[in-house]
Amino acid sequence: MSPTVLTADRRSAESPAERLAARIQRHGALTVLALLVLLASAFSPGFASTDNLGAILGNNAFVWLLALGLTFVVLTGGIDLSVGSMYALGGVLAAWAAERYGTWAALLLPLAVGAAWGCVHGLLVARARTAPFIVTLAGLLGARGLLQLVTDEGATTHLVPPGSAFRALGEGTWTPVLVSAALFGLGALLLTRTRFGATTTAIGGNEHAATLMGLPVARTKTLVYVLSATLACAAGALGAARLGSGVTTVGVGYELTAIASVVIGGTLLTGGSGSVGGTVAGVLLLSVVHNLIDRSASQYGSAVTDTVNGAFLAAVVLAQALLDRGRRDE
Amino acid sequence: MSALAPAGALRGAAPVLRVLRQYGVYAALAVLFLAAVVLDAGFLSAGNVRIQLFQVAPTLLVALGMALVIGTEGIDLSVGAVIALAAAVIPLYIGWGLPVALLVAAGLGALSGLAGGAMVAFARVQPIVATLALMIGLRGVASLLNGASAKPVTDGTLLALGADAFAGVPLTAWLAAACVALTAVLVHRTTFGRQLVAVGDNRRAARLAGLPVRRVLLTVYLLSGVLAALAGALIVGHGAEADPANQGRNIELDAITAVVVGGTPLAGGSVRVLGTVAGALFMQLTTAVLTQHDVPGSLTKIVEAAVICVAVYASQERGTR
Amino acid sequence: MAQAERPGGPAGRPAPVLVATGIDKGFAGVHALRGVGLTLRPGRVHALVGENGAGKSTLIKVLTGVHRPDAGKLELGGSEREFRTPLEAQRAGIASIHQEVNLVPMMSVARNLHLGREPRRRGLLDLRRMNREAAEVLRRYGVDADVTRPLRELGLGAQQMVALARAAGVDAEVVVMDEPTSSLEPHEVDTLFAVVRDLTARGTAVVYVSHRMDELYALCQDVTVLRDGRGVHTGPLADLPRRELVGLMLGRTLVAARERPARHTPDADAPPALRARGLTVRHRVHGVGFDVHRGEVLGLGGLLGSGRSETAKAVVGALGADAGRVEVDGRELTRRSPAAAIRAGVVLLPEDRKAEGLLPGRSVRENIVLAALPRLSRAGIVSRARQDEVVERFVARLRIKAASPEQKVADLSGGNQQKVLLARWLCLAPKVLLLDEPTRGIDVGARAEVQALIDELAADGLGVLLVSSDAEELIAGSDRVLVLKDGTPVDELTGERVHADALLAALAHETRPPAGDGTNGAQR
Repeated sequence: MSPTVLTADRRSAESPAERLAARIQRHGALTVLALLVLLASAFSPGFASTDNLGAILGNNAFVWLLALGLTFVVLTGGIDLSVGSMYALGGVLAAWAAERYGTWAALLLPLAVGAAWGCVHGLLVARARTAPFIVTLAGLLGARGLLQLVTDEGATTHLVPPGSAFRALGEGTWTPVLVSAALFGLGALLLTRTRFGATTTAIGGNEHAATLMGLPVARTKTLVYVLSATLACAAGALGAARLGSGVTTVGVGYELTAIASVVIGGTLLTGGSGSVGGTVAGVLLLSVVHNLIDRSASQYGSAVTDTVNGAFLAAVVLAQALLDRGRRDE
Repeated sequence: MSALAPAGALRGAAPVLRVLRQYGVYAALAVLFLAAVVLDAGFLSAGNVRIQLFQVAPTLLVALGMALVIGTEGIDLSVGAVIALAAAVIPLYIGWGLPVALLVAAGLGALSGLAGGAMVAFARVQPIVATLALMIGLRGVASLLNGASAKPVTDGTLLALGADAFAGVPLTAWLAAACVALTAVLVHRTTFGRQLVAVGDNRRAARLAGLPVRRVLLTVYLLSGVLAALAGALIVGHGAEADPANQGRNIELDAITAVVVGGTPLAGGSVRVLGTVAGALFMQLTTAVLTQHDVPGSLTKIVEAAVICVAVYASQERGTR
Repeated sequence: MAQAERPGGPAGRPAPVLVATGIDKGFAGVHALRGVGLTLRPGRVHALVGENGAGKSTLIKVLTGVHRPDAGKLELGGSEREFRTPLEAQRAGIASIHQEVNLVPMMSVARNLHLGREPRRRGLLDLRRMNREAAEVLRRYGVDADVTRPLRELGLGAQQMVALARAAGVDAEVVVMDEPTSSLEPHEVDTLFAVVRDLTARGTAVVYVSHRMDELYALCQDVTVLRDGRGVHTGPLADLPRRELVGLMLGRTLVAARERPARHTPDADAPPALRARGLTVRHRVHGVGFDVHRGEVLGLGGLLGSGRSETAKAVVGALGADAGRVEVDGRELTRRSPAAAIRAGVVLLPEDRKAEGLLPGRSVRENIVLAALPRLSRAGIVSRARQDEVVERFVARLRIKAASPEQKVADLSGGNQQKVLLARWLCLAPKVLLLDEPTRGIDVGARAEVQALIDELAADGLGVLLVSSDAEELIAGSDRVLVLKDGTPVDELTGERVHADALLAALAHETRPPAGDGTNGAQR
């Protein structure tokens, strides 16, 4: 047989403008990041100093991991609002365990609790078909409760013993950065080079089709929540290693920054499209923006940060919605 | 009008569940109330009842707005941030008198609602995403407007609104009751209310029936914003301080829970105003009973989280897909 | 009732690969399939035809493991099988592709082709091999594209090929194709046909669902006709003349002459109640125009996919028209939205009652007054008394059977649901009524009542556009019938030609050069 070649016709194909728009969506954060870093280096004295760059990287590296886990959840079309609480919980559990049982416990306990907590989220979403936002909002509340339970209603602050090897994980600039970079690298591998990653993306792209193709939809959906909560707890544990104690009040609103980073990095909140690399660009971009704000308008504290996060999120989401509508109306 | 349609018999496979979903909250509320009284007769004291009413009023106002939004198959996560916004502007404008401060707060709430509603109605952004962006951004704006630290509020009229009582019942409770009545009328008696549930039940059918779908959506989010701003004023008045960084945190969760526990399905198409009141009271009583019996705050939170999950799970229509 | 042939068959024909017998399937008490049988033989293409609601999709879903039958059995390769999930059916060798491409548009072509069974090397996906194999496989299906690009960048035809390649790739013994050509261009259809012939040459059995006569006759050897959930005919397609096939699909016993009494001819001077000119909706409707006069029922006929529903939707602005104008009583409708059309007095009873008409969670009363709410209100407050008055009047007039007006509409029977929707429109006192399949899925008694009501309404001076796939209903109920094919008017039946024979001839008529080897179809 000699079938006609089918590529000449592109009825549903994208126009050049749409392709440009898609490219902006994918690489926009990186471009803006590069421009911003250049401009800031040129015009903001001290921005490019080792101290400042070290501060940007070292102080934030662990928090970025929240965005890594969230990337997977968002890719399936879900959301995890509990990561900020899980971060705080991880820190407190790690400090508590380090105080009593040493380094290994400080690492393993948060991982185990995070995995179990995420499993509950995942089962409620995937099996009981409850809305992800409400499950994870309840999870946020419950994790705060657990955290207070461990700290005698916040009265006790657990300290990581000064001599503990656990502390070494969080010290300096480069250890956190390397640890985070390694985890992001593994995350990218997981997303692009495994069946789990492929299924994650497929679910967000077309859950119905994923089911028809026989992909393990429910299992994968459960696992992304496990991944997200575990990573958030691990990040919190590492954060505690850096700070030397489990701080109960951290993490409030971190989930919002993480969501903003993921979305700015080009991952669609409706799921199905996105990358770990984009999320890296997103977290770096937001961190640089926040750093610049802190340096020029420090009197406002986190207020500007939140405003910027919200504005970025609204702008990106609106752009995506309009882009998507243009595509659908075709 | 004579015979029941034959399909009716087949459909009624789970009438018990349906009844439970709709009226279970009243039974649960009664049981909880009895338990509270049996455990501690002091629960019925005028002082305690007043405290409960003070505390439940803001949540109830927010829940009313939330019920309207959920009725259209939406969700409004921005209510907590709107409360923060109200807390930020009230100290700024209270010098002009309470009405001005309230108007400014309500105006900002309306603006926020319009922004969310426009994203939902015109740009067709998912409600959760649109209001999430507002939730993140507006709290920051609130802190920018009047600083992140708590400010004492000394205006007599506002404090009176938050603390005084009329006929033994707190003013806030009267206000909440008035809002409940208005919402009930709005939902059950007005064109708008009927169109609202129609949009939530079947948006395509509503559009084909010529309903102003976009206007309904816009209005619903606007109302939710205004009610949240009003709740913010009550919180500020009751606490005698304005704390944009913390006030209203997690109230969206309380409100959504009250609505869902009250029998309004998250899938839209129905608004149960009285159920929402019962739901808000139920959540308030749960917290109060646990707290008054010295259950630590940590466990209270865990219990609340569990109640929410169970309530939402139980309220879902199942078996369709 | 079952029309299944016995396994084994006449000499010379290969043993069947799949035999379904006595398949029953119901949803919420409504029978979608009743004792249907199907026998598939290797190397043959079996056409499955029927109008909407005939049970085609349900049968396909039973074959592919989406639904489990209430009764009946499936035999694959001689042994009885039961599929609980689509995956089980796929693993057993039954693949399927659908009208809508069930792939993930944002993922790459290669990934779509391999999802769930990607080749791996050292535990990780072997992307290079995936891409190489994908390109190779797709070339055989006539697709020459960059397999690393997202699927949605391909044309629909190529996407359909990817779906087919994915489906047939798992050594499928049976490939089920559900209207695969409905969104394809003619040359894409040619490619698809070449691929199908290639499949059958390799011994695959193919189930081919389509409403395009030309394609069926060009491609298929056997045919099974479904109507109202029953198999009404099975046999070689070549023995079945085209017109008879259409008759089997559409009619119960087709009436020979019109039953509708001739009424006064419309006043030629007065502007028509509804005039449409040059209505165009991309890919769906191409320049459809018609007049509906007061007191007249204009039938709009055509096979599935002919654009009949889309035309009605475009008139009221429920579907964005790319071109065309609509006049009501000689005045042009400038704003095109359902709300504007309703204000002008044009209302549409939509085809899909559940998705586009009913508020399933609300009561009979609320469903009836929905569109009339503003008229029943003063200062935004709805008058309960006026609601009750309207509801009472129309419940009585349409003889709606409900326990009370407060009963949930979802609990009514289909016929009563349809009457509720009719009441919603009639209480607005419209000028023009567009009825899209007003009697679909309702029982015989209610059907007769609705049809009588339509006559009555027209007699009262309403203009009615009646869209129907039921030939008998169209002939008996219309003064004139406009016949559409592929979104274009091909015939208008008036006077003595409002007759079943003329309608079937018009429906079977070819306007479009058949895809594939057209000579085959033209000779019949």
